[in-house]
Amino acid sequence: MDNHILESKSVNVYYDDMHALKNISMKVEANSVTALIGPSGCGKSTFLRVFNRMNDYIEAFRMDGEVLMEGKNIYHKKMQVDELRKSIGMVFQKPNPFPKSIFENVAYGLKIQGIKDKEFIQNRVEKSLQQAALWDEVKSDLNKSALALSGGQQQRLCIARALAVEPRVLLMDEPTSALDPISTAKVEELINELKQNYTIVIVTHNMQQASRLSDYTAFFYMGDLIEFGKTEEIFRNPKVERTQNYITGRFG
Amino acid sequence: MTNSRKNRLKDKGFEYLGVACSLFGLVVLAIFIGDILADGLSRIDWDFLKSLPSRKPEKAGIFTAWTGSLWILVFTTIIAFPLAVSAGIYLEEYGGNGRWSSLLEVNISNLAGVPSIIYGLLGLEIFVRIFKMGNSVLAGAFALALLILPIIIVATREAIRTVPPSIRAASYALGATKWQTIWNQVLPASMGGIFTGVILAISRAVGETAPLIIVGALAYVPFAPSSPMDEFTVMPIQIFNWVSRPQHGFTVNAAAAIIILLLITFVMNGIAVYLRNKWQKKINW
Ligand SMILES: Nc1ncnc2c1ncn2[C@@H]1O[C@H](COP(=O)(O)OP(=O)(O)O)[C@@H](O)[C@H]1O
Ligand SMILES: [Mg+2]
Repeated sequence: MDNHILESKSVNVYYDDMHALKNISMKVEANSVTALIGPSGCGKSTFLRVFNRMNDYIEAFRMDGEVLMEGKNIYHKKMQVDELRKSIGMVFQKPNPFPKSIFENVAYGLKIQGIKDKEFIQNRVEKSLQQAALWDEVKSDLNKSALALSGGQQQRLCIARALAVEPRVLLMDEPTSALDPISTAKVEELINELKQNYTIVIVTHNMQQASRLSDYTAFFYMGDLIEFGKTEEIFRNPKVERTQNYITGRFG
Repeated sequence: MTNSRKNRLKDKGFEYLGVACSLFGLVVLAIFIGDILADGLSRIDWDFLKSLPSRKPEKAGIFTAWTGSLWILVFTTIIAFPLAVSAGIYLEEYGGNGRWSSLLEVNISNLAGVPSIIYGLLGLEIFVRIFKMGNSVLAGAFALALLILPIIIVATREAIRTVPPSIRAASYALGATKWQTIWNQVLPASMGGIFTGVILAISRAVGETAPLIIVGALAYVPFAPSSPMDEFTVMPIQIFNWVSRPQHGFTVNAAAAIIILLLITFVMNGIAVYLRNKWQKKINW
């Protein structure tokens, strides 16, 4: 894999004295889905947030090592974090729409970039909602409060909101864990569509989801990256016993 | 008697005590309001609201008093709102946990407990004398603004704190800066709480007398203020002035003015409750 867009080089993360990620080196292939799996507390979310620097807000957080996006160190002093986040979007575990209208939610990313062109915003909102497979359900009432949507719709709205700024990478932290099976299926279908044009890194607790959706899988255990490779290989014949045990559900 | 029976009795006993205590407050308030209504209600008409002060009780009205109160309230709000909300935002979002901000915090809580007459003295020295505002609406408004600053600051901080971190995270993750996040997400979501605090603060200010007397509000002004630099009186001072007159007619006037003042306070508290409920319903995290 030489077409990688993200790379972590010997990344160590500490929360105060707790060593949360230990010397992680890993490359993320462009236009593919990479799944991060592992038991609770192993550092998956932390690692995901390393890529868009959302850990920066955690007081106890410390990090060393390098994280590159297309060869540029995103932890460099001169890196503009807000610029970085325009190319690396994020979808959270619990749907977190703004307490505003559906339209305003999707348009927000454009608005804060200073874009004023109404028609442009209108088109982009529609396109993003279509990409997120939500357009047909909400097109007649874009001015309705986003909080009135169902959980599954809210999560697709959050995906649309992230897509509206046209990022290159989409980070998703257990995006379906708060959803019912039908909504989960919709979001999974969506992820499959999106990988044509986006690079997706997804944290998941669900082994079937990881194997169904992802091209690459990384297995974390207590802050270590135990195994990383093509999803087929990880799931068919893992090299490490612990991976095998986790995937087959012998511990979790 | 078994233990659980004893406990149940105690439980009942405490319940009745609680009801009695609550009733006490209500009954006293009801007696007070009833008495005032009996004395003053029949005195209220348009003329009473429109008339200037007079030496004859049946001709005297509260025009200068309620317009004075209104002027004071408007200017107090204009001064206090931006200051207090900015201070609240600073303390909550930028202050951090350092020594400087905890010093500020302690001082603000202390300010909330300072007797209002002290604000009057401060206002007299700073605004009336140093800034040469004289016994004007503006000087009074500044003194009252100081008085209600801590109330609005605390309300602002509490309102900001109820905005869930997930909303900030969503905003940051889209590339918003800190200020964009505060301005576009945090503030709109906290406006209900902030307005509630502002209204409660102003309904406190409308009843304040001591600081305004010291700043130089007059018991008698012949005309309603027409600019912030004019002399003024306010409702509570007018009431106090009438109560201290010997003629019965003025006591009736005072009762009527109290009804109007109570009405203003109730309406403002009602608005505060309404805003709070409306916002809570709209934002159900
Ligand atoms: N904000 C934080 N402050 C301190 N410790 C944290 C924080 N977030 C996560 N941790 C700790 O870091 C470890 C990894 O957490 P996390 O990345 O959330 O794991 P996962 O997503 O795999 O469940 C856990 O032990 C967790 O307790
Ligand atoms: Mg997690």
